[in-house]
Amino acid sequence: MSEVRTALAEQFDTLEQQEEASRLGLWTFLATEVLFFGGLFTAYVIYRHAYPQAFAEASRHTSLLYGTINTAILLTSSLTMALAVHAAQESRSKSLFRFLLATILLAAGFLVVKGLEYHEHFADHLVPGAAFALAARPKTQLFFWLYFTMTGLHGIHVLVGIGVLSVLAWISSRLHFSSEYHTPLEMAGLYWHFVDIVWVFLYPLLYLIDRNV
Amino acid sequence: MKTVSPKLYFIIWALLLALLFATWGLAQINLRPFNGIVAMAIALVKMTLIILYFMHVRYGSRLTWIFAGAGFIWLAIFILLTLNDYLTRRSIL
Repeated sequence: MSEVRTALAEQFDTLEQQEEASRLGLWTFLATEVLFFGGLFTAYVIYRHAYPQAFAEASRHTSLLYGTINTAILLTSSLTMALAVHAAQESRSKSLFRFLLATILLAAGFLVVKGLEYHEHFADHLVPGAAFALAARPKTQLFFWLYFTMTGLHGIHVLVGIGVLSVLAWISSRLHFSSEYHTPLEMAGLYWHFVDIVWVFLYPLLYLIDRNV
Repeated sequence: MKTVSPKLYFIIWALLLALLFATWGLAQINLRPFNGIVAMAIALVKMTLIILYFMHVRYGSRLTWIFAGAGFIWLAIFILLTLNDYLTRRSIL
């Protein structure tokens, strides 16, 4: 029995083996997430192919400024997340806490910008329904249906990310993450970067394509 | 696992922001019919950078590569086979 608190569970031989098992498990979860979002991306591709003019017109009503700012925010939050994992690997608890906090604040900033954007859409009657502003081109509603579903589902993932990172920031003050054991940070990082990747595709599909055609 | 230097993370971040600027700028120009292709190509490059460096897959085991790739390969099959139907049959929508 060693007096140092070890994080090795008894079914594993080594910490590396244990970490690899966690990593493969998280990538399996991410594969289900890829297909979860994939259904919506496929719907987008099919309807955009079927109604190109309506989709082009509708996408010009999204806010390019908000979308671009949010992309920069999320890419930067991925950097702070990667730096947080790095700090954990080097047993630097203080900078780990700071980078986690920065990531949480950037994620919250993303949601604030998204909220401002949603507010604008509500004010402009771009929410599908009886008062829809572009009712003369009914298929534009399909675009906005997909827009709200995809960004909404992504927004929920950002919220979950904030929750996960907050718990880790709280835990990191009592449990000491180190080069031997930092798996929870690594796993939260994988999830967070995945949320970033989803946005990397939502940005061109919803904001950029057909912007100036 | 090998730790990546913070300097590399900053380089990847700078590259990602440069690509964001490029894709934003190219969307202002009418490249019809290439706007969509260019935007998706840039998104794919950004995704690859994030997966390889931020998500450490570049330094991962062969098995990690397979697990990381599986979901995306299935998504490609999903989209391509569905499109196969929609692109070759007229007016099924």
